[in-house]
Amino acid sequence: MAWFRKDRKVRQPRRERLEIPPDTWEKCEACGHTDIRDRFQRNLNVCPVCDYHRRLRASEYTAALIDENTAEEIEADLRSVDPLSFPEYPQRLRKALTNAGDADAILTVTGRLEGLPVGLGVMDFAFMGGSMGSVVGEKIARLGERCIEKKYALILLSASGGARMQEGVLSLMQMAKTSAVLSQLAERRLPYISVLTNPTTGGVSASYAMLGDAILAEPGAVIGFAGPRVIKQTIGQDLPEGFQTAEFLLEHGMLDSVVHRKQLKSTLGQLLRHMMGRPALATAVAG
Amino acid sequence: MAASATLEFEKPIAELERQIDELKRTAGDQSLDVGDDLAPLERRLAELRSEIYRNLTPLQRVQVARNGKRPFTGDYLRLVFTDFIELHGDRAFREDAAIMGGWARFDGDTVMVIGHQRGRDTKENIKRNFGMPHPEGYRKALRLMKLAEKFQVPVLTFIDTPGAWAGLGAEERGQSEAIARNLFEMSQLKVPIIATVIGEGGSGGALALGVADRVLMLENSVYSVITVEGCAAILWKDGKSPEMRERAADALKITAPDLLRLKVVDEVVPEPVGGAHANHEAAASALHDALAKHLDDLRGTRPERLIRRRREKFLRMGAFTG
Repeated sequence: MAWFRKDRKVRQPRRERLEIPPDTWEKCEACGHTDIRDRFQRNLNVCPVCDYHRRLRASEYTAALIDENTAEEIEADLRSVDPLSFPEYPQRLRKALTNAGDADAILTVTGRLEGLPVGLGVMDFAFMGGSMGSVVGEKIARLGERCIEKKYALILLSASGGARMQEGVLSLMQMAKTSAVLSQLAERRLPYISVLTNPTTGGVSASYAMLGDAILAEPGAVIGFAGPRVIKQTIGQDLPEGFQTAEFLLEHGMLDSVVHRKQLKSTLGQLLRHMMGRPALATAVAG
Repeated sequence: MAASATLEFEKPIAELERQIDELKRTAGDQSLDVGDDLAPLERRLAELRSEIYRNLTPLQRVQVARNGKRPFTGDYLRLVFTDFIELHGDRAFREDAAIMGGWARFDGDTVMVIGHQRGRDTKENIKRNFGMPHPEGYRKALRLMKLAEKFQVPVLTFIDTPGAWAGLGAEERGQSEAIARNLFEMSQLKVPIIATVIGEGGSGGALALGVADRVLMLENSVYSVITVEGCAAILWKDGKSPEMRERAADALKITAPDLLRLKVVDEVVPEPVGGAHANHEAAASALHDALAKHLDDLRGTRPERLIRRRREKFLRMGAFTG
């Protein structure tokens, strides 16, 4: 093509371009791939190019895991209070309620997963970093009790930086509380599966997240007791590549499996059917 | 951490003690009777101690709780118990000296004692990792609890740790799982458990010995979800300055009276005037009496009832509306 014959490019009027909604495009944090939002969403917010598992809101996870029209939210009215009169906690709570919704850092529902009755708790990192305060502990405890009452399996999906500092030692005690409920479930031989997503650290990883009859994790999720920054500070050296990722934990015997988000529902179903004495799905038998 | 140095707010006490010692020495050298001079000084010392200790700020209590002169698990084992035989190792990886435990007798009866153990000097602190356990420490603790369950004797735990160790090996070997497992198993252990916070109760690393039928706290001990330094660093990007540490200590509500109010602990065990470090024997005696009372309360309770109540106790904890 000769440069001197190049046609003038017809420019779009500026007005029209402004009419494109600002959230039409999404960019993958890991590889920089830019795509229309819809494509990310249809892919469960996993990057179609590099498979990076981007964050999902609790309601989106619930929709992805629970059979259509079977999810019923429970304990939706529980709200955090400020038991210690902790500096700026009420303001932070108000902001979280406005930006991240009413469910606090966990959405709890009952419903069916591939037809199996389950109680599902999904943590929401958008609400104060998924931190576990009294409401998170109480919702898990009541969900667990509901599962015991109805003989449901329990699934908890974690995404949390740990205990909520603003509720002090009461947050710490939620670790004991949730573990106590899980011991009751275990006594009744009801299955509990823990799913770890990015990140699962601190008091959440050191309680229910690590107590599953099966523990699954999403690829690349950071999982650990202490955060990488704290460890780096303690040992005074850089952390090895891939330290505290789901794959690292799998290699060290801390997980049963690293599961792609697209296979999460079917994997949960398969595990639950084994643990609940249900027959395999027809397709699995044929395979 | 210069834990065993004289605490800043205790300096007037130390100064008065020095004066009294000097007077006694001079009197001894010159065979003088200084009784009349000594009595007011000693009275003043007692007053000063009680005044200072009545008005401790939360941050000062943190300093007292961390004081290296304070009695540790090993000291209470000597002072409160008899016939102690230490058990070592998790049977999987290695011995972790940050947690100490074994059979002992309490008023003649066999019990299982498990506690964090700090060191008094640098050498011992290195051996004991400043009382910060690795996963194998918690797994050893669980092994001993299961042993106690098997032979149907009560478990007495002592909490005294800045927190679980944050390091490469600890993460590789599953620090989270080790702590979580203890919380889970302690929720269904078939023998009585009494936990006492004797110094610093630091987060999950403390709670891993803390799921009990009764939780006691020594008067000047603290129990917190995060260290005051960690809290100040996160909130105000300054974990070092005394002002910010003070703010964090106030905000977190970590003193024994705070925890009693929050219904996280059942009883505050009084310490001698001037703190447990001023008089190990008196501190041990008060601890003995509290343990005796609660052991007596729990004795004979059927395991199912014990477990149900223990779970209910922790299931009640928390504050929310709706």
